[in-house]
Amino acid sequence: MFPTPIEKTSRSWQLTYQSLLPLALIMWLLPLIAVAIFSIKPAVDFTQGNYWGLPSSFELFANYGQVFTNSDMPRYMLNSVLITVPTVIGAVALSCLAGFALGIYRFRSNIWIFFMFVAGNFVPFQILMVPVRDLTLDMGLYNTKTGLVLFHIAFQTGFCTLFMRNFIRALPFELIEAARVEGIAEWKIFWYVVIPLMKPAIAALSVLIFTFIWNDYFWAVVLTQGPESQPVTAGITSFNSQFRAAYHLMSAGSIVAALPPVLMFFLMQKHFIAGLTLGAVK
Amino acid sequence: MTSSPAVPDTTPPQRSWYKRNEIAVTPWLFLAPAILFFAFYVIWPIYQSIVISFYDWDGLGEARFIGVENYVELMDDSAFEVSLWNNLKWLLFYLLAIPGGLFIALFLNQTVTGIRIYKSLFFFPFVLSQVVVGLVFSWFYLPNEGLLNGVLGLVGLGPVNVLGDPTMATYGIIAAGLWPQTAYCMILYLTGLNAVDPEQIEAGRLDNAKGWKMLWYIIIPQLKPATFIAFVVTIIGALRSFDLISIMTNGGPFGQTRVLSFYMFEKALSEYGFRMGYGAAIAVVLFLIMLVFIAYFLWSMWSEEKGR
Repeated sequence: MFPTPIEKTSRSWQLTYQSLLPLALIMWLLPLIAVAIFSIKPAVDFTQGNYWGLPSSFELFANYGQVFTNSDMPRYMLNSVLITVPTVIGAVALSCLAGFALGIYRFRSNIWIFFMFVAGNFVPFQILMVPVRDLTLDMGLYNTKTGLVLFHIAFQTGFCTLFMRNFIRALPFELIEAARVEGIAEWKIFWYVVIPLMKPAIAALSVLIFTFIWNDYFWAVVLTQGPESQPVTAGITSFNSQFRAAYHLMSAGSIVAALPPVLMFFLMQKHFIAGLTLGAVK
Repeated sequence: MTSSPAVPDTTPPQRSWYKRNEIAVTPWLFLAPAILFFAFYVIWPIYQSIVISFYDWDGLGEARFIGVENYVELMDDSAFEVSLWNNLKWLLFYLLAIPGGLFIALFLNQTVTGIRIYKSLFFFPFVLSQVVVGLVFSWFYLPNEGLLNGVLGLVGLGPVNVLGDPTMATYGIIAAGLWPQTAYCMILYLTGLNAVDPEQIEAGRLDNAKGWKMLWYIIIPQLKPATFIAFVVTIIGALRSFDLISIMTNGGPFGQTRVLSFYMFEKALSEYGFRMGYGAAIAVVLFLIMLVFIAYFLWSMWSEEKGR
């Protein structure tokens, strides 16, 4: 193991390390801790210039209550869910199919189709912006959740296919050959042999795509406007103009908006990290 | 066999066309939905954007073909020049996330109690939306209320108005972007460090390799896959930077924090007018920059595929 395990070092360095850890963590999360403190302060602290002192009263419930009852926040949160969940299902489904095709079968254009997905996934979004917005307008899907979902599915399919294909490549190919010898239809091999083996990959991708889509801002701004379809990332800006300079409420709002992917991460950590490392760093 | 019905038929009954070509056809059936979606929403729009960049178009009326005029105009556009330079700064300084991530990973690669929680909490900023990161940091930087100036004040420095200063603002935003990106690189390296061959480390120790030498000659070469992914995601992240700029400064002060992706959006979709053609031309430039990296990434992946 590198660096040298702490147990094998001098006692004094062990103690230094133990005390350095929490200190480093606090430094690292300082901006976030500041926002968390803001969000439980009463408004009066800000008018009196008590930014960094202790809160003069504990207003957690009042502030977060305001966010949920006195703004469009619940609406935006619901929109985010309605955009994120179908996208995850769609992108994972499409990429399971495509990943199976590219991972199992050998045909001449295989690698080129694979590279098309990979390259498309690396493209800067901005080159898609004008045509995709136009397409969405033409289909009458501008400012709808459906329009956003369809685009997200298509774009995420690139990354997901890359991931799935590499995962399927690493499965033991003998399994598929054995099934073929038994005369099992190809789609049955997919459904009964490969899909059960892909469960970890599906879990990892779902968590990852959930986070990516929940956190998307660019496409939310390009393809939607207004509380009836905007997700929370875009909604937070109008929330902030509603509560201009009310830092306690803006902080509480941001924390609420950030919470679902954070929960997802802490609950599904193992899958999340497996997804991030693309399974390539084992 | 049709000519001699008397002979007993030993060949199996004629199978359907699909059955006979199953292995050749199935991959295409499986690929069809993904390819259709991807071609419709990603590949075709890239081509369309390139076409639109040769037109003068407000997004509603008739588009007028003007050849390379948009690109000629770009050459004299000082805002474009600023954006291009800022993109370069982003590319360069964003890469600090890689050594930064490696450093934190080395720091955390221990087995003391509670280290798992520390690792997750260090990684935590990456899970936040860039919008939230942007808000958090713009409050952190606030001239009066912000914590940064609070801390600077304690040591007798400041106050500084990071986002209000044209020369400092871009670096302030990049610093905010580095926060989640470093966390990402850290997790890549933590997973990579797990896979480092302990025997090689032991062998290195016997040869008296320690500290920096050990890191440079034994550890880092073995972390190559992690470094590659870190490099890919950081470059992409740098060139896609949009959310942070839009949230933290909206391009200001005096347009000094614009990057290509943001300037493109401004030209095509904001109150500055709907110049779709001009916006598309900016996007094409960004795409060409990206293409250099995409080609390199694909080439590396291809040589690895061949090696298998």
